[in-house]
Amino acid sequence: MTTEPVSTYRRSSMTSVDQAARGLAYVSLGLGVAELFFPGALAKALGIQNRPKLLRAYGAREIAAGIGALQPNPAPAIWARAAGDVVDLAALVFARDENGRRSATSAALFAVTAITIADVVVAFLLSKQKARTGPVRDYSHRSGFPRGIDAVRGAAAGRTPKDMRVAPEDRQPAHL
Amino acid sequence: MKALVWHAPQDIRCDTVPDPEIEEGRDAIIKVTSCAICGSDLHLFHNFIPLMKPGDIVGHEMMGEVMEVGRDNHALKVGDRIVVPFTIFCGSCPQCKKQNYSACERSNRNGEFADKMLGHRGCGAFGYSALTGGYPGGQAEYLRVPFADTTHIKIPETMSDEQALFLGDILPTGWQAAVQCDIEPTDTVAVWGCGPVGQMAIRSAILLGAKQVIAIDRFPERLSMAAAAGAITINYEDEKVIPRLNDLTDGKGPEKCIDAVGMEAHSGMLAAHLYDRTKQALMLETDRPHVLREMIYACRPAGVLSIPGVYAGLSDHIPIGMLMNKGLTVRTGQTNVNRWTDDLIRMIEEGLIDPSFVITHTEPLEAGPEMYRVFQQKRDGCIKVFLKPDALSSTRH
Repeated sequence: MTTEPVSTYRRSSMTSVDQAARGLAYVSLGLGVAELFFPGALAKALGIQNRPKLLRAYGAREIAAGIGALQPNPAPAIWARAAGDVVDLAALVFARDENGRRSATSAALFAVTAITIADVVVAFLLSKQKARTGPVRDYSHRSGFPRGIDAVRGAAAGRTPKDMRVAPEDRQPAHL
Repeated sequence: MKALVWHAPQDIRCDTVPDPEIEEGRDAIIKVTSCAICGSDLHLFHNFIPLMKPGDIVGHEMMGEVMEVGRDNHALKVGDRIVVPFTIFCGSCPQCKKQNYSACERSNRNGEFADKMLGHRGCGAFGYSALTGGYPGGQAEYLRVPFADTTHIKIPETMSDEQALFLGDILPTGWQAAVQCDIEPTDTVAVWGCGPVGQMAIRSAILLGAKQVIAIDRFPERLSMAAAAGAITINYEDEKVIPRLNDLTDGKGPEKCIDAVGMEAHSGMLAAHLYDRTKQALMLETDRPHVLREMIYACRPAGVLSIPGVYAGLSDHIPIGMLMNKGLTVRTGQTNVNRWTDDLIRMIEEGLIDPSFVITHTEPLEAGPEMYRVFQQKRDGCIKVFLKPDALSSTRH
């Protein structure tokens, strides 16, 4: 029986941290849409006071963070999410509706706390992953000119084809 | 066969896919001996180029050995060693007859997309979305080359893969960028971006006889490679570009400016950078044209702007009034690779230039997904990744 050799290389360019960041981006987009378009229903479900304008503002913030987290460098957006989580936690505490369901608000507090931790961990790991560590490489010996710069400077001068010339060869001021 | 396959934004994987087959009489199949990751592959990686779809094989810098030829291909034979230019061209349409190979009218099999997006189609290209024909790319063990009787560069036996591979893209791209500046011995040439194309443009400007070449970037390792070729360097995170350019040109600005950055430029001005990043993220513009703006501002009146950097579509706040009033000439376009082949092969053979200087990482194909990340994040001093489909281990240069 023959078996294929096992590759030691990562199969995808996305690490688990990248995938987690993408997941958080979709969470942001989903939550943002809910806050932006269904603030009343969301407030009721969370047992908080119904402040549609505030919730819509939070929704816009979430959508911005979600779009940012889908960009080539998601770290700043995930850090922004973490900061937003702190605002969300404060809002949940202060906007608690005395007539609302306390259990729903407590569950929301628990969920936001958990996601805050996730955001901070993912943001930290993303920043670490992208960090340029180690000494700066010095390529000052790589001229690409085997004969040396002085020997080749201008060696191909005059190679511009006619259709790429900007000025005519006999350029002279008109009055001369 | 193994190939690097685009699955989603920033998700490229090394997959097993079906081997390519001859489809047309002019085709050839090559066994890829070497390939590379290009800076413009990162635009696909970031999903800034439209019409990519999961399953697309990426890569447009590749070379190899001919394994099979179509019945109508009389220019190649099994065993030939060729570099494949990234531009696919027929060689017989009106544009090809003028050596405008990147504007070939016949090789883009999805030309109707390009007609709608660009007004008129350009050539087909390897591994660069349905917009350029949806042809599978060359970061793979094997590649089908359409129009292979014209779309190839035969390589002298004495030339190594490391010296030859870049004849297919970055060397002629840097060369064309400099040539179309029409460099004169009194000229200062400023090059924005010291990635692989910028490095080739710097060396081309030196070969073409520029009085001084100024290289602009923010990564010290890239600037050290630019300085190695005799360029004066500006790190835009440490100093302001415009005053420094004026200092170096008696206050008049460089005569010739080259944009080797393109659509994903960074700006040293935070507000400007955030503006473009936000608009690009919201799809309100496709490109971040910071370098274009700065070049237009910096360039000496009656100067030339050369743009080899890739742009996808729409950009905001291009100072067209400045461009017009200064009388600047703009030259741009995808590279007409084979137009420059004879000159460049001769220069390599004569020892005027050795393009292998730019390779910083040599890896097996299977390391490709990880190397996309390393290259994207400029980690480990990475400037150019050279992939060997049949290699077993990596080499850091």
